[in-house]
Amino acid sequence: MNKTDVLIIGAGPTGLFCAHQLGIIGLSCEIVDNLDKAGGQCIELYPDKPIYDIPAVPECTGEELTNNLLKQIKPFNVKFHLNERVEELKKNQNRWNVKTSGGVEFDVAAIVIAGGVGSFEPRKFSVKECEKFEGNSLFYSIKDKSIFKDKTISIFGGGDSALDWAIELSNISKVNLIHRRDGFSGAESSVQKVKELDDQGKLNLYTKYQMDSVVGDKKIKSVKIKHDEGEIKEIKSDYVLGFFGLIMQLGPILDWGLNIDKKTVQVNTENFETNVSGIFAIGDICSYPGKLKLILSGFHEGALAARGCFKYAKPDEKLRFEFTTTSKAAQERLGIKK
Amino acid sequence: MAKITYHTHDNKTHTIDVQNGLTVMEGAVQNDIPGIDADCGGGMACATCHVYVKEEWLDKLPAKEDGEEDMLDMAFEPKNNSRLSCQLIVSDDLDGLEVNIPSKQG
Repeated sequence: MNKTDVLIIGAGPTGLFCAHQLGIIGLSCEIVDNLDKAGGQCIELYPDKPIYDIPAVPECTGEELTNNLLKQIKPFNVKFHLNERVEELKKNQNRWNVKTSGGVEFDVAAIVIAGGVGSFEPRKFSVKECEKFEGNSLFYSIKDKSIFKDKTISIFGGGDSALDWAIELSNISKVNLIHRRDGFSGAESSVQKVKELDDQGKLNLYTKYQMDSVVGDKKIKSVKIKHDEGEIKEIKSDYVLGFFGLIMQLGPILDWGLNIDKKTVQVNTENFETNVSGIFAIGDICSYPGKLKLILSGFHEGALAARGCFKYAKPDEKLRFEFTTTSKAAQERLGIKK
Repeated sequence: MAKITYHTHDNKTHTIDVQNGLTVMEGAVQNDIPGIDADCGGGMACATCHVYVKEEWLDKLPAKEDGEEDMLDMAFEPKNNSRLSCQLIVSDDLDGLEVNIPSKQG
């Protein structure tokens, strides 16, 4: 059991800055995120795209912003629980017990949901029968590539994951790469490599095809793919892999009794608390009149939510407003030596 | 101002006057037309505002910018008439545009 003052759900920029604000006022926190790294949408959707509207930062990329925020919270030694999704929430007297998908448990005074538009999950095939093969002969990520040795693998997608795995697996497996168009979004060097391997007969490239159906009983035997012009081909496949990037799903948050409207959680603008006492929501996931989905708004919301958490974490103390320029306590917490 | 018609998956038709300068995505979201998620808020980073454009409109729309086709690879059941509605900026030229919203966005 991890005991801390506040649990932050989501390691995007808003969650990270909220951790900073909690640290400044002397509260401890831990952060859970479903991705394998901090940064949220900034790192998953646009790590290289420049952002121009962070106050006092004329231009930075999603990755730079994330790295700077991580540097800013370094003094507080915040513990991250990555690759974990919060599943269960239970009130325990004045505190909350929280459990993640990986079985990590927390005992906290307050919860800040900074979950963006939800947790990132792999996008799946639209063909319905795919569900029954998922985890057995159809995958959206690879944990152990040795199971593919000497098998026939059909890979769908045109991004880096699809191309990289097609190249890699072509060494040990018979690979079919299927993509909906001639162009690819993955790196040009990988595209060239795939085309070379196709010319050399080391993999089979099918462009302008998409999945039509999967054939098989307990395991997949073949996939049917359909050309833009309507022609259908059946190709033998022991395994099917789909790499269509990630999509955001709200997930278990929906079941926590929060007022939810159009995938967002309603909050008050005084301290960004939800209708459930002790649960706060900030960043893209919260809604209130005038809400702007900007990172800078998330920072403001995090600062106020952090102060809102104080009365739950330290019910017998009073929070005094201080500036980091002059507060000895804040500077000590930041580890500033004079 | 342009009249945009959204055909939703429940076989309903919504015709809305959308102000010039807004996107076809915003026209849907602001008028509570179901089926357009627009998770990333119009940043061409998520493919959850995917629509099918009525064939006769395909050539009349501004061409796809770099990145839109890449994002459409990720969309739910993309077709030749797929567009991201966040990239379609409304003007008088789009008056009468019809789009179909897919059964889901992911």
